[in-house]
Amino acid sequence: MKHILQAGAALALILAVPALAQEKTIRIGVLTDMSGPYADVGGAGSTLAAELAVEDSGIKARGWTVSVVSADHQNKVDVASNVTREWFDQGKADVIVDTLNSGVALAVSQIVKEKNKVLLNSGAASSDLTGKSCSPNTIAWTYDTFSQANGTGRALTKAGGDSWYFITADYAFGKALERDTTAVVTANGGKVLGDTMAPLNNADFSSQLLQAQASKAKVIGLANAGADSVNSIKQAAEFGITQSGQKLAALLIFISDVHALGLKAAQGLEFTETYYWDVNDQTRAFADRFSKRSKNAAKPTMVQAGVYSSLRHYLKAVEAGAPVADGAGVVARMKSLPTDDQAFGKGSIREDGRKIHPAYLLQVKKPEESKYPWDYARIVATIPAEEAFRPLSQSECPLVKK
Amino acid sequence: MIPLLGITTQALFAQLLLGLINGAFYALLSLGLAVIFGMLNIVNFAHGALYMMGAFFAWFLLHYFEIGYWPALVLAPLGVGLLGMVIERTMLHRLAGLDPIYGLLLTFGIALIVQGLFQNAYGASGMPYPMPDLLKGGQNLGFMYLPNYRAWVVVFSIAVCLATWFAIEKTRLGATLRAATENPELTRAFGVNVPRLITLTYGFGVALAALAGVLAAPIYQVRPLMGADFIIVVFAVVVIGGMGSIMGSILTGFLLGLVEGLTKVFYPQAANVVVFVIMVLVLLVKPAGLFGKQA
Repeated sequence: MKHILQAGAALALILAVPALAQEKTIRIGVLTDMSGPYADVGGAGSTLAAELAVEDSGIKARGWTVSVVSADHQNKVDVASNVTREWFDQGKADVIVDTLNSGVALAVSQIVKEKNKVLLNSGAASSDLTGKSCSPNTIAWTYDTFSQANGTGRALTKAGGDSWYFITADYAFGKALERDTTAVVTANGGKVLGDTMAPLNNADFSSQLLQAQASKAKVIGLANAGADSVNSIKQAAEFGITQSGQKLAALLIFISDVHALGLKAAQGLEFTETYYWDVNDQTRAFADRFSKRSKNAAKPTMVQAGVYSSLRHYLKAVEAGAPVADGAGVVARMKSLPTDDQAFGKGSIREDGRKIHPAYLLQVKKPEESKYPWDYARIVATIPAEEAFRPLSQSECPLVKK
Repeated sequence: MIPLLGITTQALFAQLLLGLINGAFYALLSLGLAVIFGMLNIVNFAHGALYMMGAFFAWFLLHYFEIGYWPALVLAPLGVGLLGMVIERTMLHRLAGLDPIYGLLLTFGIALIVQGLFQNAYGASGMPYPMPDLLKGGQNLGFMYLPNYRAWVVVFSIAVCLATWFAIEKTRLGATLRAATENPELTRAFGVNVPRLITLTYGFGVALAALAGVLAAPIYQVRPLMGADFIIVVFAVVVIGGMGSIMGSILTGFLLGLVEGLTKVFYPQAANVVVFVIMVLVLLVKPAGLFGKQA
């Protein structure tokens, strides 16, 4: 009997030790596009943003062990799913950030829910992540197809662009962006004349642009991102589309894309961002710290800023007592706390997992208006937080009680 | 304006012309590959990376030395071609006589390393390259607006392709070259420096890739992965045309550009697989390719 008790005590001790060790350990996995068309939007900059978040939180000085690992999902759902399962099964990650690519994010969100971990999506745009595919373990932080459509789509339609033609990236993201923009355009009295698809990572858009030109639509909506947007914008200028009076609506371009295009090609474009580095002293302070360590002194994109902001809030919730092992519990705690950080200022998280903050309608400056490095855009309008995202009343998310 | 299969003839003409323009790039790249394979028996997987380096070379010239497009059209192929010769001398040369799979693995490795280095240094979204002033603007053809630059690309690459075909198939130099491939021992006996000929041929094939890169720079973004996406299609073109067939790769390049252009109109989702569907069909019916000699 005594032996059994001793063995039992020893066993309890063995079980308790890792539990104690785990209590103050946080493992962050940055899952992003490191080498493909979106690598400058997230990529190594997202890993840097995650490291900055850990440093700025000062959590390590309070006895926590925090590790950051990163992986390239190559924009492939199967690769992303494998990495995610491996990270969870080998105890390398409690929380996954970025997931830049909607197909990837939708798949990872499923695994995260199944394993009760946390997904802080910053890069993937599909509004389905907080709509019909919402999850108690997922937060969509930075922006979504609805906020992009609502910003750029509404502004252009109201300014007289009442007929649209879409050039759409042929996967989950592009289709969601086209759908959400179509809804905004029709709600504001415009109509959609047609659309055409282009595969992800397409080099030549001349065929699609020609079809858009022939449609005689007033606005050509580019429902694509990254290198695809850059190439389609460049080639639109080549085919004389903007000169002939048709307007281009880049529904999702990032500051890194404007940098890559150059102001000469990008000037006058209107776009929507939820973080622009040059808005106020706070956003500039974060951007300065970021660019001191980023490649080629690049300023952060809204995706990278979102990785930073979401992790700051995650760490706050964990320090406030949310148990790391219970992903849904951490997310519930994150939803109950108000958010506040340098990049996004004050905000909140809704029950559907949607982080709420203002959005900015920006316009790319002319080359002669740019006064200092990365001085690329002016703020045309600020869309208040409560109007920037899809209202809860229209939500298809099962978590929302109506 | 007669509608045909749901689209107007005007739109059809426009798409055919665009297909021809894209075909020009396919033709130029697959020509380089065909020359290298036909003469050296090397499957040059580094071709996409060398095409990218051609575009970057032009960008370097402009950015650091303020040398514009026209000189770059000559200097970039020369520079990258020279680099190709160094690769051939120092590495590929050692694989002569071995199974072609070794050359394939080596060049594939080189491509990955080069692309990785450029990506690390310049990021994924790349840099803009301005259109040369002379070719800005475009012509209204009635059925479409044709940018001057695209017209230039088609005309120039057809000229380069035909000149290459002529040099290899119809001149004394080409005859020596073909003799060196057929029977290196015997050609040597006639006093021809065969290894040097091979190095120069590889350099020439590489220069063709770099030339395509310079042509592409003003249209596409100059970025590290611009060749990686292209090269697979170009390989399919070479396989369809018949490995090593010079005229075959030129004609197939233009032909597949046309087919791809049409697919973009009728069923855009299939545009990036149609080339491979054709490749499978051709391999089933004519395993040596459309213009290849039956082995």
